Parts: sequence; C-alpha cells; structure tokens
Amino acid sequence: MADISTDIQQQILAARNDKQTLNIVGGGSKSFMGREAIGERLDVSGHSGIVNYQSVELVLTARAGTPLIEIEAVLAENNQMLAFEPPRFSGVATIGGTLACNQSGPGRPWAGSVRDHVLGVRLINGLGEHLKFGGQVMKNVAGYDVSRLQAGAMGSLGVITEISLKVLPKPAASRTVVWDMDARDAIDFMNQLAARPKPINATCWLQGRLYVRLSGALSAVKATVKEWQGTELEQKQADEFWRQLGQQELSFFDKDASKKNAGMPLWRFSVNSAAHIPSLDEHSIIDWGGSQRWLRGEQDKLHMESLAASAGGQVSLYAGGDRRSEVMHTTPEVLQVIQKRIKASFDPDGIFNPGRLYNWM
Amino acid sequence: MSTTNKLSTDELCQLFRGFIAPQNVIADEETLKPYECDGLSMYCEMPLIVVLPETVAQVQEVLGICHSHAVPVVARGAGTGLCAGAMPNAEGVVLSLAKFKNILEINPQTRTARLQPGVRNLAISEAAAEYGLYYGPDPSSQIACTIGGNVAENSGGVHCLKYGLTVHNVLSVEMLTVEGEKVVLGSDGLDSCGLDLLALINGSEGLLGVITEIQVKLLPIPEKARVVMAGFDNVQQAGDSVGGIIASGIIPAGLEMMDSYAIFAAEDFAKAGYPKEAKALLLCEVDGTTEEVQEHIEQVEKLFHSFGATSVRTSQTEAERALLWKGRKSAFPAVGRISPDYYCMDGTIPRGQLAHVLTQMQRLSEHYQLRVANVFHAGDGNLHPLILFDANIPGEFAKTEEFGGKILELCVAVGGCITGEHGVGIEKIRQMSVQFTELELLQFNAIKDAFDPVGTLNPGKGVPTLRRCQEYRSIEPKEMNNKKEGVAHG
Repeated sequence: MADISTDIQQQILAARNDKQTLNIVGGGSKSFMGREAIGERLDVSGHSGIVNYQSVELVLTARAGTPLIEIEAVLAENNQMLAFEPPRFSGVATIGGTLACNQSGPGRPWAGSVRDHVLGVRLINGLGEHLKFGGQVMKNVAGYDVSRLQAGAMGSLGVITEISLKVLPKPAASRTVVWDMDARDAIDFMNQLAARPKPINATCWLQGRLYVRLSGALSAVKATVKEWQGTELEQKQADEFWRQLGQQELSFFDKDASKKNAGMPLWRFSVNSAAHIPSLDEHSIIDWGGSQRWLRGEQDKLHMESLAASAGGQVSLYAGGDRRSEVMHTTPEVLQVIQKRIKASFDPDGIFNPGRLYNWM
Repeated sequence: MSTTNKLSTDELCQLFRGFIAPQNVIADEETLKPYECDGLSMYCEMPLIVVLPETVAQVQEVLGICHSHAVPVVARGAGTGLCAGAMPNAEGVVLSLAKFKNILEINPQTRTARLQPGVRNLAISEAAAEYGLYYGPDPSSQIACTIGGNVAENSGGVHCLKYGLTVHNVLSVEMLTVEGEKVVLGSDGLDSCGLDLLALINGSEGLLGVITEIQVKLLPIPEKARVVMAGFDNVQQAGDSVGGIIASGIIPAGLEMMDSYAIFAAEDFAKAGYPKEAKALLLCEVDGTTEEVQEHIEQVEKLFHSFGATSVRTSQTEAERALLWKGRKSAFPAVGRISPDYYCMDGTIPRGQLAHVLTQMQRLSEHYQLRVANVFHAGDGNLHPLILFDANIPGEFAKTEEFGGKILELCVAVGGCITGEHGVGIEKIRQMSVQFTELELLQFNAIKDAFDPVGTLNPGKGVPTLRRCQEYRSIEPKEMNNKKEGVAHG
C-alpha cells in the first residue's frame, strides 16, 4: 500500500545507465504468457493501493501493483464491479498486469474489455520520465490514446504505475440457461441469440453444451428465461461455471505441470463470432459469443494461423509449448516497422521486456 | 523516398489528373472556397488543391505523390468537425473522401457493418434497421457526419455512457500509411496480437494515416425506450440526482442536462413542453426489454421526486419521446436564435464538480460580459458551454475565445480534460499544454513520428510541437494565426 514510483524510476534510470534490460513483474501470475522473459526482475508489486474511488462517478484509480481482489472487494461494498471480469489467478493478479496482458472474462463481448474500460494511465517510459495520459473522466479525446495502447503491450512501452478505470454497477439479477447441442449448431445459435434485444451477457459452448448468461433487471432476466425455454441451471452451479471459465480454472486450462494437461500448448483464437472452424470447433471452448476459442494440444503454428485467418482473426500460443519461438500471430512487415518505431518512441534503449511480445521487439 | 524538389500547384494538378477525373482535381479559387474550413468556420485557410478520388488505389497514389514531394495532406469527410481539424493547409492538398459513400456489407449474423469512410453515421443505422440492428454512437451531427470522421475524432454522442464511444464500436479499419501503403488494424475478432494500433487511430485526427474502410459493431434495437424529463429549481439538485441514479445501479441510455438559458431557447424552438421556469432540466432515457424499462422508469421517477424535482414527466408514446428529445437535439440551433453567434466548448469534468464549475463559469461570464448557455452530457461529465457573442462587434470573438480557453483550463483544474468529443484540431492546441506537460507532448510527437516521420499528415493539428508549445505559453490569444472574425456554428 505504498507509492514507490520514485524507486521504480531510479531503477529504470540505473538500468538505462548500465545498459541492463528489465523484466517487469507485478503479481507474477501471467509469467506463462508471451515469450520467455529475459532481463533483470523489476518488482512493481509494492506499488500498490487504491488512490481514488468515487462510486457515483463510476471511476476508480489504483496503483498498478494493486491486486484485483483488493479492488473488487472495495467495489463490492458499493455493489459495483469490474465489468470486464478479469481473471484473478489465485488472487495474485494485479490491475497493471491485467491491463498489460489485456485480460477480460466471459462478459467481454457485451460489457467490454479492460482496454475498453481504461480511462487513463500514468507510466514511466524508458527515459525514466513519469508521464500521465488520459484522465479520470469518461470522455477524453485530447492527445493519442496512450492508455488503451498499453492493453496487450505486455509492458513493452513502459512501467504502468497508475490506472483509472470505468467501473459499473453489478447487475441486479443473473440467470443461466443451457442447451445441449454440437459446436456447429451452438455457433449459429449463440449468434442468433446475440442479435435479440435481451439482457444476454455471456455465451459459451463446451463439451456438447451451450451456456447462456442473462444479467440485468430481475423482471427482464426472468421473462427472457421463460421465453427462451432452455434448461435453467441452478444458481450455484451457474455461478461456479462462469467463475471457473473466467478464472481459467476449468481443467481445460491447467497450466500446472502436475495436472492433466501438463504443458500442453493452449491456443487462443480471436476470430469472427460466426465463423466455423470444422477441424477444431468440437474440441474447443467457444467463448465470447463465438469470438474467442480455446484449443489444447500440439499443433503447427502456421497451420493454426491459416485457420484463424480464414475465420477472420488471429491466434496466439497462450500458454505452454515453445516460449522461445514467436507465440503471437505473425505481423505484416509494415505493421512491424510501425510497432518497432512506437516501441522506440517510448523505450529508445529497449530496456522493457525485450522480446516478450515478439522476437523482433 | 522524400525529395525536396518543390512542385508548383500546376505540376501537382497535372500529376493528379493523370489518374483522377479532371473535375475531381480542384484548384480554382471559387470551387476551393467551400473547403476552406470545417464546422468551426472562424478558422479558415485556402488549400492549394482539393482532390476527390473515387478508388482506394487513387488515394494511395495521391498519398504516394504527396509523400515523395513532402506536400501536406489533410483528409476530410463531411467537414462537420468542431475543432478545425479539417482546416486545410495553405501549402497542401485536401484529400476529400466524400466519394466513398458505400455501405459495403451489413452482416446480420455477426452484427457488423463494413463501410467506406464517407458513409454518414445515421445511414448506418438506417441500413441496419431492417435487421433489427443499429449503430451505437450518435453524435449530434449524425445526419451529416461520416464514419471516417467519427473514427478520426473518436466521436461520442448522447448514448455513449451505456454504449461507448467510437473506439468501443469499431472492430477494424483499413488504413493507408503516409506512404500510401495499405494496412489492416484490428480484425473480425474482438482483439488482436501486438500493440493496439486500432486504439491509437481512434481519435488521432488524421495525423497518423488515412482510413479507407471501417468495420463496426451493430447492436440489437432495444425493445423499448422511454424518457423521463425532470425540472429542478437549482443545478445542484439536478446534479445530485444524476449521482443518485448512477448510485441506484441504473445506467441510463442517455442522461442530459440543460441550464435555464438552454431550456428557454430549446423550448421556444421545439415546443417540447419543457418547464421554462426551471433552472435545470434533466432528460433520462432508459432502454431495454419492456419489463426492464418499466422497472427502471419507476425507480427514476421516484429518485427525481426525492431529489426535489419540481416537475417530472415520462414519455407515454414514441412520438412524445421524440418530442422531448427534439428540444435537446435542437438546443444548439435554438441558442443560435437568442444570439447573433455562439461558440460551443467541449470540456469534460468529474460530475461531482458540476455545481462548482457552473458557479465559476458564471463568474467568468460576468467578467467577460458574455452570456453562456450550458448543455451537458450529464451521464459522462461532458460539458458543452455555448458562449453567446456577436461577431460584428470588433474584438468580441477574441474575447469569446479567451473566455472559452478559461473554461477549458477550469475543466483541467477540477480533474477533467479540454475535450470530450470534439477533438483538439487547431482550436484547442493551446490548451494541450495546460492538460499535458512538455514531456508528455514530446511523447505524443514521438508517436506521430512513428507513423509519419516527415510530418505531412494534417500538420499543425492535434498536438503542438514543443517549440509551438513554448510560444503558446508566452503569447496572448489574439496573436494566434489562421483565424478570422466570423460566424460560429456550434
């Protein structure tokens, strides 16, 4: 619960002076993501604490090392939440890492992602300059959107020190209905449901079953459950399903080497919600209304990329497999050049998380 | 590869006419004239040439030529912008995308639309309506403004507290780099690997690239929408009740506030039945399923009464809902009727600061002897003060602009920002150095360099260079360039 930004700034300046690269670590819960980390560990978990929270403004500002569970506990006191439902990874995930890795849960297609909810950031760039972008208000179009640029940048542009977020009220009620069907039908059906003006806010298919979550005013949720005539899941069972899915705790996601899926590559597809990938769909988790698909197993990366591209999107090797090769979808040359230049504009000496996102950055 | 040999206007025209129909390469003064400004007409400049290409290949070629000869390029949509972001460059070319008007695809299954940049905002919803879908962001100029311009400005609108800004509703864009190379940012999926260049492009005011295609998300049209109107004796109560609604857990589809000047003008204009004696008026729209709307409307009515509303009225029919909105939507032209000219500002503040900001604004109003009417996107803290002035009185616009600058500085001082949705352009470039430090502005300039090292895309807009920034800090507003006394259209 302290402001250690001056210390962090000193460490960055020293690293720059010594031509030393840094591996930025908050809670350390997402070390499995990205390419293998190199560089000296820069622990930012001590830079923690909620700086400002005005529930009626729907805005919360916290230091980047603040654990999500701490933020969510404070929000819950006012019946509010992080609507992007980020994974807490056993309670150690921080808000900074969540933004850097752009982590959002099942409600993402309806409620938005962490990228959508971030309003402002403070960050220390590679020159050791502590800068502030965006703000603590809902609308701000002054300057480039450096705050959202941090989402998924995996710390390559600087050390995020503070984040302002839009927060939202918890829905008054939530119900889950299920239908048993195959993946092909589920993809079509989840897209049809999403086109209806009903309080739907998560849909996921796995192992022969489509789960649909309805959230909002009690009367609206109840009426929709009745109208749609699916099988309603018992509340406890439903909550547990969405929790395990969002927290990536289903056995499908096992990252622990002692578990069943030990070290097996976990692929994440971000694709057109209605696309069919016949060779994969039946073996996948199809989340985000069809837009996010998870696949487990040894696969050829280029083959996965061609399947993702034909489904209108991209694939990344989310966990497991070879972390020394590229794990992100291949980037066209022109965009590589622009990304490298942006990286250099924040971090001219290449101090922060070198090669974590791409070998070439 | 850039070369320094400077081409004459005739030589440039000749090059462009090699691949663009001659009538679409404009260089005569009379035809150029309508392009001298955007919606903020007191900032004017004549360009060398206006080109209206009809294919992406032609746009690529225009950019290639301009890049080779270091000619500034200002991309332009419908020209409805309110920050002089599309004001031409005297040494440059205006690249009009007005011919790119096609809706390429409406996909009801994926609830997406693929659009050329010159498609009007409202035309998207009109085309999607047959599938029960619409496009969320709805800036006031939605009848005329284009989706390309919306991306450039990250436009908002009345419904963005619930449905987001442009950046939240764009899935991908096809963009040409300053060299004319085609890239795609984003995808059909909800996110992409690597740096989020799509986030950077939204709101970049044409400084980083030229957008040639946009894919947006569409939303199901709500089953029901109703609006509750409430009049209050003072602004504080109205502001408190906005907080009350949010605290109750309702996120309204729209939540708008007007002060007494705006109420009076709007009622005179639209005859919507607004309480003319009220000091503040709130319009709260709730949408969703029929059951949800019923439940929330009852809560909102109760809340308004408990916060001391002097009148509360809820729309019973679609016609009545449209009428109640008509007053708000025509507030700008309505204010235009009570003053020869008006100047529309665009700051955002934390909502809790509203009463304080309005009080301070009243003091400034007395100091400058200029009236100010307020229209406020209360849900998300976006304030649109309209300063009333007369451009025919010598010096009055300069005074107005100084007053406007003070309002923006006030917004920053209370923790807000200088622009919520209109953009910086040229208009607010001075205030950028109020909101940002020199190091932050340098970082912005470095981002610009990453896309456009020579600096030919919409130069002089959006972000001041450090040298300019120091000048702005030391000079008086009246010494600013590129400005003429004239009529201001909010």
